[in-house]
Formats: sequence, structure tokens, C-alpha cells
Amino acid sequence: MTIDQATVRKIASLARIAISDAEAAAMEGELNGILGWVEQLGEVDVTGVEPMTAVIPNTLRLRDDVIDADPLTGGNRRDDVLANAPAAMHGFFGVPKVIE
Amino acid sequence: MTELTNLTVAQIRDGHRAGDFSAVEVAEAFSANVAGAKALNAFIVETPEHALEAAKQADADRAAGTLKPLSGVPIGMKDLFCTNGVQTTAASHMLEGFIPRYESTVSQKLWDAGAGMLGKLNLDQFAMGSSNETSYFGNVISPWRRKDGGNAALAPGGSSGGSSTAIAARLCPAATGTDTGGSIRQPAAFTGISGIKPTYGRCSRWGIVAFASSLDQAGPMARDVRDCAIMLENMAGFDAKDATSLNLPVPNWEAALSSDLKGKTVGIPKEYRLEGIDPDIDAMWEAGIAMLKDAGAAVVEISLPHTKYALPAYYIIAPAEASSNLARYDGVRYGLRDLPAKDSSGGGAGLQDMYAATRAEGFGPEVKRRIMIGTYVLSAGFYDAYYTQAQKVRTLIARDFEQAFGSCDVILAPTAPSAAFGLGEKMADPLAMYLNDVFAVPASLAGLPAMSVPAALNREGLPLGLQIIGKAFDEQSVLNAGLALEERSGFTARAEKWW
Repeated sequence: MTIDQATVRKIASLARIAISDAEAAAMEGELNGILGWVEQLGEVDVTGVEPMTAVIPNTLRLRDDVIDADPLTGGNRRDDVLANAPAAMHGFFGVPKVIE
Repeated sequence: MTELTNLTVAQIRDGHRAGDFSAVEVAEAFSANVAGAKALNAFIVETPEHALEAAKQADADRAAGTLKPLSGVPIGMKDLFCTNGVQTTAASHMLEGFIPRYESTVSQKLWDAGAGMLGKLNLDQFAMGSSNETSYFGNVISPWRRKDGGNAALAPGGSSGGSSTAIAARLCPAATGTDTGGSIRQPAAFTGISGIKPTYGRCSRWGIVAFASSLDQAGPMARDVRDCAIMLENMAGFDAKDATSLNLPVPNWEAALSSDLKGKTVGIPKEYRLEGIDPDIDAMWEAGIAMLKDAGAAVVEISLPHTKYALPAYYIIAPAEASSNLARYDGVRYGLRDLPAKDSSGGGAGLQDMYAATRAEGFGPEVKRRIMIGTYVLSAGFYDAYYTQAQKVRTLIARDFEQAFGSCDVILAPTAPSAAFGLGEKMADPLAMYLNDVFAVPASLAGLPAMSVPAALNREGLPLGLQIIGKAFDEQSVLNAGLALEERSGFTARAEKWW
């Protein structure tokens, strides 16, 4: 399966990465090289094989259903959460106008 | 007295405890080395004040009789671990200036154990790379040079290249690393030091900038096996904040170190014998087999039939997880924001434009490449053909190891197919770079503990590493086999100072 530049631009759009025509052209070759190489996985007989879901068997834990179960990841840390935001205002994340 | 910066973690710990020197002297000696090694570009941020403060505490604790396991030991912290109040970048433009308001679990454990921080170590951007050439903050240069009289700058390996260079150049006695597909072991091999990736889940991932969550695992890098054991004991442990953290007690690996391998069986995987491999690598491997026999182990040939599919499976799974993990960098919550100017008609520059511009500006070429691959293999219509198939192959790779461990306790193989290469030599071809991790990736896909120990110099005078892979949860056997190799290889070579 080979991908063309239109597909490269489509993937970039899905990935929310702006790319120039020159970058799209360069990536077309690189991505085809990598995807062509991984194609060899198709020759492996995987009949009856389940896809891996956990590399080391582990059970998903449940914590107590309480507020601020962990002081580090609990609530009331608004200023910490906003401290690195590029455009925090009025205690919120600032974004460009979304609705015209 | 021996130069303090030549001491290992164990020697610093024990010497400090015995009163041979103060922790402040140790911290100052290493900080001076760090300050004098700018040419290596191993650190993104230097924090001598952090190391000094921990040292003062260590000296006070000694006087009070309240010493901790790593009191007096200053270390380097890979800049992938979030450190409270200290810039954490993952070597990216995206996170330049990001100052976490919390501490990663692993770094917190190390500070709680008394260690101090000399600085944040350079790495491949978002830990994606095998040569430390993808960092936004410039290449790390290996302290090693070929003995051909040329001064070609060599790769320190990656992604933990700042860690490997800093230890090899005596800028710190030990450092943290992370390993997703060889990022602890390959740089350790390239620079003549040791490093262990424990079983997946031993070290908490909380507070580590995520790359591929089902593979990412922290581990220590240091000059020898004992130091790796000491460091790992103080990094590992259950953490409720990581859903895949192993709820198991942390063994006392250092106390149980033993290079007597009587009754142990070492497996030699026949599929790792690549055609046309560097004869120096092959000779080192043969010598390693002899050393383990000498230590009392039996040696058997084993088969890991799906080995050749590990790398292509990895380059579907890791980018797929990366594309998902790195979706968080949107210019809204933290990190870079690039908001394009409105066009002449006064339109545009909406939220979507901001996302795309921010991510175009904030990610380097290799990171973009992997996000793109990951986005493609997860996209509608291709998911089963690529991602599901790769996860099935991953099951088979893990099964290969399970079956092999029916007849052996540890596996011995080279860490990498070559010695350190020159900076720039492999950057033009992403695939050639990926192939460097051919021996490291299978253990990552299976979540197994694996370590690299320095074993020999090649004909160019560059270090080569041997890899030991163990059963899940059995870091002890890996460390013990590593110790047996270390005692027998007598590897004492170090890079001559030129920086």
C-alpha cells in the first residue's frame, strides 16, 4: 500500500500538524519507506492469536469513590493547573474564538 | 584521596557514611565537572543548588545519625521526568519553559532517599531517537572518540544520551533513564556504562512525559551493576497513580547480588545471529558466553522465532501510542502556543489553526514522522491491517520468550549491532536509525527486564555492550549475570578527557 501526497496531507490534518507542500513531498517518501517495511508483518500467521492488551498481566484497581483521594491529583489546584497555560484568564484556559 | 568524581554510587554512599568526605565536597566536585563540560551538551538545565542543598542535608543527617540509602549521592535526571519548579522539556520546543508544579514519582523517591540533582539531562526529543540528534537543544556529544586520530563527534546513543554521556564523562555517578525500545540499554552500550530496564510496571510512569505508554519504563544508568541495583531499589515501587504499576514489594537487589551462576542456564537466541554482523560484536558475544560458563552457568541455544518481526511491530505500536499521547500538546493547557495572524479578510486563526500551527512549530521532524505514522495506522480502514496485526505479533513475541524461558533463566545477546556511530551518519535514513534497536526492542515488547553491561572495546577503541534479558519480575538474575560478566570482562576503559 503506498500513500500519495494527498493522503499525507489528510494524515497531517487528522494529526493537527500544519505542513508545507515541500514537507508533504518529503514525508511521502519517508512514510512510504517505513510503511513498506512494516508490511512484512502481514506474512506472520496470526491465526487464533489474540492481540496483546497488557504486557504484564495486571488487574485494574478501583480506588475509593471519594473526593481528593490523592492530594496531588485531587481538586482545588486551579492555579497549579493554569500555571503553565499560555493564555490563562479569569481562572480559565483562554482559546481563540470558537463560535462565530 | 581518589578523585571524588571517580567514585561509584556505592563508594560515595559508603565513604560518606564512614566520614571520609562530606556530601558537600562530592556535590561541589560533580557540579564543577558539569560546569566544565559544556562541550558535551549533556545537560539542558544545571541545578548545582539542588545538589548542594541535598548534600547539606546529607551531612546534617550523618551528624544526626539519620542517613538515608542515597544520602550524599548527587545524580542526573533525564529531562523526561517532571521536576517541581525545574523546567522539564522532553528536549522539545513544545515544552520549552514548562515548569511542572509537581514531582514525578520516580524522582520524588530518589529525593526521599537522600539523592540530590545535578541537573536535567538532554535526550532525544520526546525520547524518540537512538542517537540524541533529535533534541531541540542540540546534539549530545559522546565523550568517546575513535582511536584513529580523527576527532569525529560520536553519538552517545539515545534516547537517554545525556544520561550516558554524563556518566561516562564523570559528570554524575548515576542517572535516570527511560527505555521504550532500548533507550537505556543502547546508550549505555555506546558509552561503556551499565543500565537496566526493569520489568514493565516496576517503576511508576507518573510524571514521566509519555511516549508509548505500554512500553515506557524508567530505569537507572550507572558505572557498574551494583550501582544499578542500588539506584533501582530507590526508583521502583508500587504507585497508585499509575494504573499499570506493579503492586509488588521491591526486592533488596543489592544485598542479593551474586556472580555465582551455578545451577543457572543461559540461553543464546539463534535468531540474534544476524548475517554480516560486525565481527567485533560476534567476538564479544562469544567471549561473554565463555565468561558466563566460567561463572558456573550452563549454556543452551534457544529460539525466538518471531525476532525479525519485533522491530516492524514496534514501529507500528510505539508511533500509534505516541500519536495518541502527544495529542495533549494543543497550545491550550501548557507548552507552546502559536496563533497565526488573521488573514487579510479578517477570518481564520481559529482554534483548529492554532492547534495545527502550534504542533507544526513545537514538534521536530522525527516526532512529526512518528505522530503521522501513528495517526495513519490507527485511522479508519487501516487499524486492523496495521495496529491489530502488530499487537497479535507482539503476543507471539512475548510467547517466544515464555517458551524460551522454559529451558533457560536468562538470555545473553549483544545490546546493539554496532558500536557508536558518528553524528549525522544515520540521520538521512530513518530506517537505518531504527535498525539500531534490533536487539533491544523484543524485550521491550515483552515487558521483560533487560540490562546492558560494557564488555569490550572494538578495533576502533569504542565500547561494546552485552545484553542480559530475564524473566518478568526476575531483575535479580539479570543483575547477577551482569555482575558475572562485569567481574570477568575487567572493563575499565574510559574516554580520555578532551572537552
